[in-house]
Amino acid sequence: MPGKLKAKIVAGRHLPVMDRASDLTDAFVEVKFGNTTFKTDVCPKSLNPQWNSEWFKFEVDDEDLQDEPLQVTVLDHDTYSANDAIGKVYIDIDPLLCNEAASVISGWFPIYDTIHGIRGEINVLVKVELFNDLNRFRQSSCGVKFFCTTSIPRCYRAAMVHGFVEELVVNEDPEYQWIDRIRTPRASNEARQRLISLMSGELQRKIGLKVLEMGGNAVVGYLQCFDLEGESGLVVRAIGTACTLDKLSSGSAPNTATHTHPNTAPASNACNSPSKDGKESPLAHGCRSTHNSPVHSACSAQRLSQNFSVSVPTLIFTGMGSGGSAGKEAGPLKTLLRQQTQTALEQREFPFFTLTSFPPGFLVHVGGVVSARSVKLLDRIHNPALGNTRSYKLLDWNSVTADEPETRDAWWEEIRQEIKSHAKALGCHAVVGYSESTSICEEVCILSASGTAAILNPRYMREGCLDIGIVDHRFEDPSPPSCGFCHIPYDELNMPFPTQLTYCYHCRRQKVPDVLFTTIDLPPEAAVTGKGCLIQARLCRLKKKAQGEVNATAISNLLPFMEYELHTQLMNKLKLRSMNALFGLRIQISIGENMLLGLASATGVYLTALPAPGGIQIAGKTPGDLSNEHHILTIQKRINDTIAKNKEIYQINPPELTEEVVGSPIPEPRQRSRLFRSHSESSDEVSELDLSHGKKDAFVLEIDDTDAVEDIHSLLTDATIPTGFNSCNTEIMPGIYNWTSAVQMFTSVRVFRLSNANLTNQGLNKIFTDLCENLLKSFYFKLRSMIPCCLCHLNFTVAVPEEELIQVAVTAVAMTYDKDQTQEKPAEKPITKGCIETEEQLQFPMELCADSSSTNTQLSSKISGVQETTNVSSRAASVDYGSFADRCSTWLELLRLKAHTIRRGSVKTSRRTQSLAHSVSSLERSSPVPDGRSRSLRSTRGFGGSSVTVVKMTPLSFLPGTRIIKYLGIINMFFIRETTSLREEGGVSGFLHSFIAEVFAMVRAHVAALGGNAVVSYSMKECVFMENPNKNQAQCLINVSGDAVICVRETDQEPVPSNIGQTCTSETDGAT
Amino acid sequence: MAMELDVFVGNTTIMDEEVYQLWLDGYTVSDAVKVRMEGGVMEECEASADVLLSDTMDQYRTFQMCERLLYSPAKLANQLLFQIPPHRQAILIERYYAFDDAFVREVLGKKLSKGTKKDLDDISAKTNVTLKSCRRQFDNFKRVFKVVEELKGPLVENIRQHFLLSDKLARDYAAIVFFANNRFETGKRKLQYLTFQDFAFCAGQLINNWTVGAVGEQIPTDHQRSFRFYMDVDLDKEFLQELKELKILITDKDLLDQHKSLVCTALRGKTKAFNEMEANFKNLSRGLVNIAAKLTNTKDVRDFFIDLVEKFIEPCRSDRWTAADMKLYLTHYTNSAHILDTFKHQVVWDRYMGVIKSCIFKMFHD
Repeated sequence: MPGKLKAKIVAGRHLPVMDRASDLTDAFVEVKFGNTTFKTDVCPKSLNPQWNSEWFKFEVDDEDLQDEPLQVTVLDHDTYSANDAIGKVYIDIDPLLCNEAASVISGWFPIYDTIHGIRGEINVLVKVELFNDLNRFRQSSCGVKFFCTTSIPRCYRAAMVHGFVEELVVNEDPEYQWIDRIRTPRASNEARQRLISLMSGELQRKIGLKVLEMGGNAVVGYLQCFDLEGESGLVVRAIGTACTLDKLSSGSAPNTATHTHPNTAPASNACNSPSKDGKESPLAHGCRSTHNSPVHSACSAQRLSQNFSVSVPTLIFTGMGSGGSAGKEAGPLKTLLRQQTQTALEQREFPFFTLTSFPPGFLVHVGGVVSARSVKLLDRIHNPALGNTRSYKLLDWNSVTADEPETRDAWWEEIRQEIKSHAKALGCHAVVGYSESTSICEEVCILSASGTAAILNPRYMREGCLDIGIVDHRFEDPSPPSCGFCHIPYDELNMPFPTQLTYCYHCRRQKVPDVLFTTIDLPPEAAVTGKGCLIQARLCRLKKKAQGEVNATAISNLLPFMEYELHTQLMNKLKLRSMNALFGLRIQISIGENMLLGLASATGVYLTALPAPGGIQIAGKTPGDLSNEHHILTIQKRINDTIAKNKEIYQINPPELTEEVVGSPIPEPRQRSRLFRSHSESSDEVSELDLSHGKKDAFVLEIDDTDAVEDIHSLLTDATIPTGFNSCNTEIMPGIYNWTSAVQMFTSVRVFRLSNANLTNQGLNKIFTDLCENLLKSFYFKLRSMIPCCLCHLNFTVAVPEEELIQVAVTAVAMTYDKDQTQEKPAEKPITKGCIETEEQLQFPMELCADSSSTNTQLSSKISGVQETTNVSSRAASVDYGSFADRCSTWLELLRLKAHTIRRGSVKTSRRTQSLAHSVSSLERSSPVPDGRSRSLRSTRGFGGSSVTVVKMTPLSFLPGTRIIKYLGIINMFFIRETTSLREEGGVSGFLHSFIAEVFAMVRAHVAALGGNAVVSYSMKECVFMENPNKNQAQCLINVSGDAVICVRETDQEPVPSNIGQTCTSETDGAT
Repeated sequence: MAMELDVFVGNTTIMDEEVYQLWLDGYTVSDAVKVRMEGGVMEECEASADVLLSDTMDQYRTFQMCERLLYSPAKLANQLLFQIPPHRQAILIERYYAFDDAFVREVLGKKLSKGTKKDLDDISAKTNVTLKSCRRQFDNFKRVFKVVEELKGPLVENIRQHFLLSDKLARDYAAIVFFANNRFETGKRKLQYLTFQDFAFCAGQLINNWTVGAVGEQIPTDHQRSFRFYMDVDLDKEFLQELKELKILITDKDLLDQHKSLVCTALRGKTKAFNEMEANFKNLSRGLVNIAAKLTNTKDVRDFFIDLVEKFIEPCRSDRWTAADMKLYLTHYTNSAHILDTFKHQVVWDRYMGVIKSCIFKMFHD
């Protein structure tokens, strides 16, 4: 069924001068959708043309609506010669196809040219009239909502989590087509931009179809990437988690907007075990993978695949509160539990979830990180249908496109299977926090996937969703939420890897591992001691230049060593900070022609439930040597000092346990003859609690050669974070709860040229480490006016764009918080103070601080929580219960809701419509502008004037101090910028600086046009930079994504004042 | 570590006011880094020289990209490239259009032409303002001049609206434009002792009282007049013509004597400098009235300030008048003219003397 797309070109402003003679421009606009093009009149001699065109109407299939962008081209009319293009705007109309998102797109868009950048702005209005599609065999999937956010979006609740969806599409890269030799760079870039936009649209549509098939209505944690494979083509692939989401009525979604105050729920709720009331969110429907492509008979050129699974164990579960003998029961119960959940999960091919944080009770146990990598040769895709040559492919493109996705699918399928089996080995039936990535250099490609093996609540797994809690009581798992997820999921007698188990330091009933690594966010209810911090392991490995298989073999031989070493580094650094768990672990390995780069980032925390990490002990190889001994002693002292200092910095004062842990079945630690760098070794005797690291060595580093010395040095030279700063790469910073509203998102890119031709591994490591450290130092310096502040979601991406170049790109957000955690009653004062301070200095909070009493109560409750966590673990736990119960209640509500209205696959239920109506009406009440349409109309009204909507951006899923009231749709944009006058544009830095600023500007403009005022879960997924200084040329590709939202201040109903003009009034006082 | 490429871009554009000032002052990146290091930012936040360099480069780039927008500040508010909070924008603009008094003193009243621009390096050497900064300031003057030159309406208001400047700065620019347009001579040695603020004050007086716009609420009678009505940049030609009538004060012997006796009666016993005043009265009066009478000539308009100094301020100073003497004398000198029954040009006289009085007060430094 068709839809009608309508577009109106209103006006332009700040156009460039196209006619040198008159210093003016005769501009007109072409509006193109699919194959239909309309033109406006020429607006002669004006740099601020008013076209006020009629409505251009396109009657199109909704399939096209999903795939195609609306293409607006601004041109300069020339009577005698060809019209010159000024620039283009691609408008993704997908948000208009979903009735819950935006209803109109209206606003000023930067006119973008791939050679000149932004050249003026154009005001466009777009609407869609969509007819309901009842065709069962339709190809479109309008109405499926997409979210980049990797948790259940704030104003929704998950009625059902269906599971993993994936898709990929392949095409030839326009830049490698023969025609590229004769066309202009501009045409080539535009062809590429358009193609990727088309492919993303198609991909999204196909994924949407899968979701509909599964009965869902949304994709959460949508992660789309593209692989520029050069000669062999362009792959756009995406993964996500299919869900059925219900919109929460605005009234009943009180504190969903932030993680910042998990403790607001009354304490009475706090002790309700999450699992008590049978909430049900079955993940029914096994996910059907549509690509059952047979793996081409071992064909893939050479299957170089190597895997690595790191995992750190955890617990099982305890009997209900009153001391059942958990240890004994654990075995059979676990088996049962596993049996039950397996049936549900085994139906689906891949029980993977791209989510990183979950509804309470969803996550039962966490096993550890599972990851798999595989090295592939791109030019050796063995395609039986086609033979071996790429040239053939170019001749017969159609047949290739038909076949190629399957090859790629097969590759990914292999990897996913591996992940799945790793998870199984850890006794887990699911993988959460799952993500996939690639690194390509020439014809070699590393495919990587990683996630966290986990056991999910069986009740969420079962097919039917109505049989609430009938069978379940036996499996009630009353592990407190603050530690339950740490408990090991596997059999302690049959451990998948050597590790030390102890009884949980929190509940003392279940076994926990000594260290826990995960890729997910720290569960908000987890009990944590002290604060967390960013931990990075960095590694460079030289590799001989080679071609083809030799190269691929060399790379795959290096990979395990790199993973191993990265892991060792992480472990050492973790111990050095006296922490025992990593969250948000992301290991990236990039290939270059002559080196491999490895970067592992994670947020370290001290989980109260896990044993205190032992110290690090240095051992010399030749004990007799006196001078050596002295040397070792000094190093040992430095290490001990560092650990002590770090404990202070991160406020890690684990509670002393007075009673001894009973009946540890864990055998005495093996003889530590050679523990050097063995990550699985650790030593603390379980029965004996020794919190000082000095006496009981947990971790022995043996200095046997210079390498080891270097390693230890690098361990110690990690710069400490300046006071007032914190950093993490996760959504929540453990230990900080009282965010104020100043937010500064930033992107930073550095490229370092290795000047020295013959570098050693050691030298490279040093350079790479310095590069990363210096970047962090730079951030601290630049953001010093925001102190106290936390850099959250620090996302490092490394690449080797050319031989001898190392590129590091970082996107993160700096958020201020209130330092006075100790104050009993934090009145308005500290808040406003923080605000004023930042206003006076370099950073600009876009919004005035919330100043209501509710902030205070929140704060104080948070504060008390924080304080107490540091000394009394049980109290800390109870505080966390609060948040849990809070979330729980919404979850329960949801279930009650579901009981009324379970109709699988139906998008609308009576209750839901009701609640929707409610949300609309409450909006109406609260603001004079009822919906997105009129809001954005209002913003357009000002186009003659000087108001630009302030759009905040953050890589997190929330903005502190605000509440998201509406998701307007996904932002997924791809831009290419090229220059042939690099020097004139300020060199490579000037070029990239303005390009990134332009990308931000375009994202903001699109969000504003949708009626939004913020982007959450923003990420820059690709930043490919190439230069040729000799030719004075450079090219850069950037891909960004995020969720456009409308958010309001937590304390009020009104949308955040979003016009600069408006904010102006309130800010001028401070300004002058 | 020398970076091949090093950028940092914030969603909200990050600007350090200190670095902005260094950039405006024309410091090179390395000089700016030096200044910052001496300023002690490094100790404050444990930064290294590398960090400082990288930060300074980033900021310089940002400023360079913003500069184009600052040419027409109204654009800064509705451009999309940089997200800058309004009060930041105001600071950016205000600082960008700020100037050094030492520099402006050098170009005040000069034609804002390429010729003058070529001399900027001399001015730079003389004033110790970097050439880069001189150029920016000069270009700002020129830009403002070009925009408001042809505009109707009050000059200060026009500048404030088009360049979003503060009232004070807009007034200063009005003075600069006014001086440049009328090419008042300010560079002569005798005028060296006067500061820009002295001149700016005088310009304000002239703009407010001697231009067409200054006359105020007159309803224009024909189209021609309405066009003329709001032009603030030029002196009111009609008024200048009328000033010629004042000559009677010195050409008519009776009137001159009468005027003198009236002034002397009023002054007697009130000042130590009475004798000198009495002796010099005719000279001084001739001086002031002649200035008035000659103002129809463009050349004499240019010499207005030098004439004031030569014909009035210098003689008074050599007689050791105090500022109070000056005030007293000029007040009585002006007021006495009203009592002269044969003197019919009271309105013109007041309009003239009002400005002259306040200009001289300002220009007479003790």
